[in-house]
Amino acid sequence: MVQRRQILGGAAALTALGMTGPVRRAAAQSGGIRIASVGPMTGQYAAFGAQLRAGAEQAVADLNAAGGVLGQQLALEIGDDACDPRQAVSVANQMASRQVKLIAGHFCSGSSIPASKVYLEEGVLQISPASTNPKFTDEGGWNTFRTCGRDDQQGIVAGQYIARTYGGKKVAILHDNSAYGKGLADETKKSLNAAGMTEALYAAYTPGERDYSALVSRLKSAGVDVIYVGGYHTEAGLILRQAKEQGMPVTLIGGDALVTNEFWQITGAAGEGTLMTFSSDPRKRPSAAEVVGRFRARNVDPEGYVLYTYAAVQIWAEAAKKANSTDPRKVSDALKAGGPWTCVLGSVSFDRKGDVTVPDYVFYVWKNGAYAEV
Amino acid sequence: MAYALQQLINGISLGMIYGLIAVGYTMVYGIIGMINFAHGDIFMIGAFLSLIFLLLVTAGGLDGAAAILLVLVLSMAFTALYGWTVERIAYRPLRGSFRLAPLISAIGMSIVLQNYVQVSQGARVKPMEPLVRGGITVMRDGDFAVQLSTMQMLIVAVTLSVLAVFTWLVTRTPLGRAMRACEQDRRMASLLGIDTDRTISITFVIGAALASVAGTMYLLRYGVIDFYIGFLVGVKAFTAAVLGGIGSLPGAVLGGLLIGLIETFWSAYFSVQYKDVAAFSILVLTLVLMPTGLLGRAEVEKV
Repeated sequence: MVQRRQILGGAAALTALGMTGPVRRAAAQSGGIRIASVGPMTGQYAAFGAQLRAGAEQAVADLNAAGGVLGQQLALEIGDDACDPRQAVSVANQMASRQVKLIAGHFCSGSSIPASKVYLEEGVLQISPASTNPKFTDEGGWNTFRTCGRDDQQGIVAGQYIARTYGGKKVAILHDNSAYGKGLADETKKSLNAAGMTEALYAAYTPGERDYSALVSRLKSAGVDVIYVGGYHTEAGLILRQAKEQGMPVTLIGGDALVTNEFWQITGAAGEGTLMTFSSDPRKRPSAAEVVGRFRARNVDPEGYVLYTYAAVQIWAEAAKKANSTDPRKVSDALKAGGPWTCVLGSVSFDRKGDVTVPDYVFYVWKNGAYAEV
Repeated sequence: MAYALQQLINGISLGMIYGLIAVGYTMVYGIIGMINFAHGDIFMIGAFLSLIFLLLVTAGGLDGAAAILLVLVLSMAFTALYGWTVERIAYRPLRGSFRLAPLISAIGMSIVLQNYVQVSQGARVKPMEPLVRGGITVMRDGDFAVQLSTMQMLIVAVTLSVLAVFTWLVTRTPLGRAMRACEQDRRMASLLGIDTDRTISITFVIGAALASVAGTMYLLRYGVIDFYIGFLVGVKAFTAAVLGGIGSLPGAVLGGLLIGLIETFWSAYFSVQYKDVAAFSILVLTLVLMPTGLLGRAEVEKV
């Protein structure tokens, strides 16, 4: 009995220690401007969370080294929504209560959309580097921006390409029922149908599963030549891997969520020839050369969304300087009215909704374990 | 016809993995009447250990069948150690306590194992390129070729041989006799000189070893694992054990195969999204009509 009481006492002491941790940290940082990056730092899509984090950290470090924003240093917070809409809302509330001025995130559209409502109520500016679902800015208020494109733009490019390249072949469209996946699949279907092609099969699958062999056999019996997947790389990779295992000579086409090296680690050689839509590689733009060099020096490959996150923080800082305030509302007005903004992505301006005015989706192809523009 | 055959192949190779894990649930239930909720996570540990050993073994220059066999044996041994430890830490101190105590401790253990792997191995998924490639075309029907991959053959062959060995162990050896004696009446068995604690430990070790085989097969077949895989697969395998009649070894394998086949055929002919709904509806229906499952015996309450 004595023993047990001691254990309980120990646990209580530990909890008390844990409770005081964040409070002390907050007090230490109260001098600067607080901004945050939120994304899936754990779970299935943690590969992308790491990209957001790398981009935001580098941007804050660079800005601070150059004297900060409006004479104040920036303090970066990292939030984890695990791509779960419910967790996204609770992280959003947490961030708002910590007086964060900018959210460079979230990653998944399914998280960004509900979180943006919280940020709207609390008056926080949100610039997503990756959420491509149209609803994010269509339904968003004054506070939503993105540095990436939109699924309707992405879907149009994908649908037209499929109709042009695979005319007469059988196309299946699959999605994972997430805001991102379904949105992208629907936009692609719309544009494919507008080009006069009808898909052979339109179906949803459950994300998080590993066995898609039944679905693959179904595609095989429908004689599908091309699979368009609106979804993330894990599932797309598994579907492709299992399709090749069943002897299907199929081409997989996906969206920007396949832009991670993990895709190839899942598929191996089966991934050869997989196509995906993404913006033309920002790493190769002259505007990014210097920053890319700094990433490489730290042994970070600024792939995927890293530079988009960097740009989100960078543009916000420029707009705050122009507005001479970090008040989210004033920065938002400056973002829309001012510009074009010079950043790592080149020259960027925003329209009334907060979308970038010149999205540039192109096709990428996986070859020998690396992806390159077609 | 060809289509149905292909789906049958898909369903069997999926069901075999469920069956292997279900055996672990059913053995533990049989012997101490407790659902070992940490069993799904033992399977996850098995998959992670397989990946680690696979990397070590291939770095050591081995490959092909010898490498897979070595990985299988190594991860069985180490996962069995986890199984033994879990029993020792979480269940043995609570033996003789009220019925719900070990159940709650099992759920706690499941959370501990998940978080332990999440912290020590990271939360990101661990992908692995296909190692076992190739296969044969079983039959052709127009454009549709029924494909049986080497991996699927491997799963069926390994599962059947492992199950054969363990069935022999349970039905034909003194150890098996002791296990069955504990299952029927633990106190009587101990009065007759059987070390029941040791027998129960061995049951956990065997269950964990089987789960580890399932983990290795899972890793080789799907190539994507993370700390959370034990949950969904564990729930499915538990369902399989209940469907087959919990406490019955052949029932667990039968249940696993049935769950795999139901899922596969439902997504083959109806909606892919609702396959879990179908599998669980059939479970409910079976339990309403046959409360002890397909091969289970009616429990006689011992006084």
